[in-house]
Amino acid sequence: MTKIHVTARINGDEVEFLCDPRETMLDVLRDRLGLIGAKEGCGTGDCGACSITLDGRLVCSCLMLGVEAEGREIGTVEGIAEGENLHPLQRKFIEHAALQCGFCTPGILVAAKNLLERNPDPSEEEVRYWLAGNLCRCTGYDKIIRAVLDAAAEMREAS
Amino acid sequence: MALDEYRPQEGDEAYEGPREFRQVGTRPDRPDGFDKVTGRARFGADMYAPGMLHAAILRSPHAHARIVRLDTSKAEALEGVKAVVTRADFSKNVIFAPGTVGEFWNILENIMAGEKALYDGHAVAAVAATTPLIARDALKLIEVEYEILPHVTDVDEAMKPGAPVIREGAADRSVPEGMHPNVVRYHESGHGDVEAGFAEADLVIEDHFTTEATHQGYIEPHACLGTLGADGKGELWCCTQGHWYVQKVCAALLDLETANLRVTASEIGGGFGGKTTVFIEPVALALSRKAGRPVKLVMSRAEVFRATGPTASASMDIRIGMKKDGTITAAQGTFRLQGGAFPGAPMEFTAMCAFACYDLRHVRQVGYDVMTNRPKQAAYRAPGSPMAAFAVESVIDELCNRLGLDPIEVRLKNAAREGTKASYGPTYPRIGLVETLEAARAHPHYAAPLKPGQGRGISCGFWFNYGGETSVSLALSEDGSAQVMVGTPDIGGSRASMALMAAEVLGIPYENIRVTVADTGSLGYNEISHGSRVTYASGLATIKAARDAVRKLRQRAADKWGIDVEAVDWVDGCAVPSGPNAGDFDPLPLAEITKTMGATGGPISGHFEATPEGAGVSFATHIVDAEVDRETGKTRVVRYTVVQDAGKAIHPTYVEGQFQGGAAQGIGWALNEEYIYGEDGRLQNPGFLDYRIPVASDLPMIDTVIVEVPNPGHPFGVRGVGETSICPPLAAIANAVSNAAGVRLRDLPMRPSRILDELEKQRDDA
Ligand code: FES
Ligand code: FES
Repeated sequence: MTKIHVTARINGDEVEFLCDPRETMLDVLRDRLGLIGAKEGCGTGDCGACSITLDGRLVCSCLMLGVEAEGREIGTVEGIAEGENLHPLQRKFIEHAALQCGFCTPGILVAAKNLLERNPDPSEEEVRYWLAGNLCRCTGYDKIIRAVLDAAAEMREAS
Repeated sequence: MALDEYRPQEGDEAYEGPREFRQVGTRPDRPDGFDKVTGRARFGADMYAPGMLHAAILRSPHAHARIVRLDTSKAEALEGVKAVVTRADFSKNVIFAPGTVGEFWNILENIMAGEKALYDGHAVAAVAATTPLIARDALKLIEVEYEILPHVTDVDEAMKPGAPVIREGAADRSVPEGMHPNVVRYHESGHGDVEAGFAEADLVIEDHFTTEATHQGYIEPHACLGTLGADGKGELWCCTQGHWYVQKVCAALLDLETANLRVTASEIGGGFGGKTTVFIEPVALALSRKAGRPVKLVMSRAEVFRATGPTASASMDIRIGMKKDGTITAAQGTFRLQGGAFPGAPMEFTAMCAFACYDLRHVRQVGYDVMTNRPKQAAYRAPGSPMAAFAVESVIDELCNRLGLDPIEVRLKNAAREGTKASYGPTYPRIGLVETLEAARAHPHYAAPLKPGQGRGISCGFWFNYGGETSVSLALSEDGSAQVMVGTPDIGGSRASMALMAAEVLGIPYENIRVTVADTGSLGYNEISHGSRVTYASGLATIKAARDAVRKLRQRAADKWGIDVEAVDWVDGCAVPSGPNAGDFDPLPLAEITKTMGATGGPISGHFEATPEGAGVSFATHIVDAEVDRETGKTRVVRYTVVQDAGKAIHPTYVEGQFQGGAAQGIGWALNEEYIYGEDGRLQNPGFLDYRIPVASDLPMIDTVIVEVPNPGHPFGVRGVGETSICPPLAAIANAVSNAAGVRLRDLPMRPSRILDELEKQRDDA
């Protein structure tokens, strides 16, 4: 099948790629662009491990086609840290042991960062509902929720 | 994996008594944290190789069917397809044997069907092509003609006369005469005279319980990248709980020399027992051998559900007698477990764990391992134990309710202690059940008021824990830092625990230690990360390897000082002269010794290899508050507390994490999760949308209490902590539901429709 040329901005950088019209954005990121941070847990929009932002909106990259990225702005877990400085969410995830296997972590970080950009002071319940689309099988979510709330508090103090 | 690898253990490594720890028990950041929050960590599907092909597997849509014709020629002819394999491409030397003795044959038959497809999702052929899309297209070109056979997916149905036979001759000699051929193994244990015991009781309750199969539900699907040459040498990268086991199985299934296949474990995105066996790795290697190129094989989520191990489902009868004062007089259980189309359902663990919490004079348990047309079950966190705890702890709760007794007091009254003869045979050394019950009773949760519509449930749980074959190497660098090579994949922060134990023994900072999960070419054999063995066995081996290095460090200091090594102590990371030489020389720090080690006798490293057998059994008590919506039948967990004996918590935060994760999985098992089969024997819900694991908004915070009753079989007192936490939740929630709504749920999951049915019966009775 003929491939389609796509230009997009990913984590701030302009990127060009060719992709099969049937290929998902997740496959493009991982298999064509070497951005393996987004994970495939289900491929059907049910687990959130593939979460990215598309023009600032949280989406499942497994439900998006690569060709749909044309002209858009994409954010992945690889773009969360600023240079060598981890984002407060990343630091708090390590500090609170909010990951066991760490497979859900990239998606949860992308989703949590997106939440805090919209709502810098979420309640526990708001965090739980915002992250309801991100499955974690290891932690029971307790430490994840605490890490997000703690990062939010630190970011509020800093701003 | 052979079931006897889980056998309960007796100790040989002695606990060294209470001591002040400097590093053990602290909560440093995990060494691999940075990689895992930045997306750098490489999991199973994150590896790529030059010239790599992508593979896909064709699976049977039928629950039970004879493969009459299999024609792959059209797929082979498709542009971009480089290899197709079927059963003919695997070893002919793997021998069938009844029961679990023929485990390798069972694995082979499971990963690629022979004459029959035995369940919906059973692999039939596989393709490797230049892109994943071509591989998938090629599957559609494979022609399979099936002769559909009658099937059975329910455990009780599969035991009935006339039920379709999954495989003649699969039963081993433990099975009594006259049973259906689908009953393939039998277990019986206990002591005393249960009928005499029941005669002493004031109240005897007998009840029937069922639990559905649930999946481990790790978020990372199985994935691997294999290269195998026609010279019989290969490399394999995969997500697994045990890469030496993968090496052994792949070698057997492909007629390779074990040492010629080097297996590297990727980071692992959850396992919970489900990655203790082999599903796709030999297929990728067989394709690679045929195509002459590396092959990557990644399962879809639907494949994970249809073809990798869920836990066994169970049908159980429990009978328990109690006196008015709460003394249990006798207990009896029958446990029928189906483990799919192969022998191996862990019914002996179900039977052995069932009454392990209690000190019983009369106890008897019987187990049946039953085959059905379902995927081959795999271990799931304390395999076999949670279903037993569900049934037994529900009956105990019912007895307490009817006799007007407090559930914790009754459990304390009957609790197993040091010296108790366990229901499964051995006599317990020091154990911590009583301490968990006392801590639960003292916890504010137990006394907190409940809102209307809420109920509180209590349950205990038990798991054996395990040691197993273990090798660890520790190498010191010139600058005084240390590399620890372990062979057990890090599923939940074990690098941090290993580094803490090594730091404790060496007396150097935690940050100066790097723990690496070694590949099969770099270290001696290591058994799978299962049976909660990692912190116990790899930890014990790390301590011993570090001590081996310390002995060598002391020797170098002794040589330098010209005194006997026995006169050199190791204190806070320094060699110190002791005894008659005390104070003669300044302490010599580790880094001073390693700086010159090349000239003083060569590199310094420490090793330890053994099969430690002192894994300490583990007990937990859980308290849960649940709320039942009488209109919708929905149950919500509103408060949860886990109390568990960890022996000694090396890194308490990750111990809490294990407690919380197990509780959450148990909550899913109790309330939502189940394998649903249609009349046609096909799995109806092979996705996370319809197989619903708990999400963040379903759960409350999960409070934890770490009890520390040292394991007599570990120098620091460590017990495994990973598995026991999934045992109590099923019954604890059922008991909470019973106290909240007055209905007793005997079948899991307690989905809203079942609760509504029970509430309706309650109204009809009233
Ligand atoms: S992989 Fe996209 S939601 Fe699961
Ligand atoms: S940490 Fe393993 S799935 Fe979340």
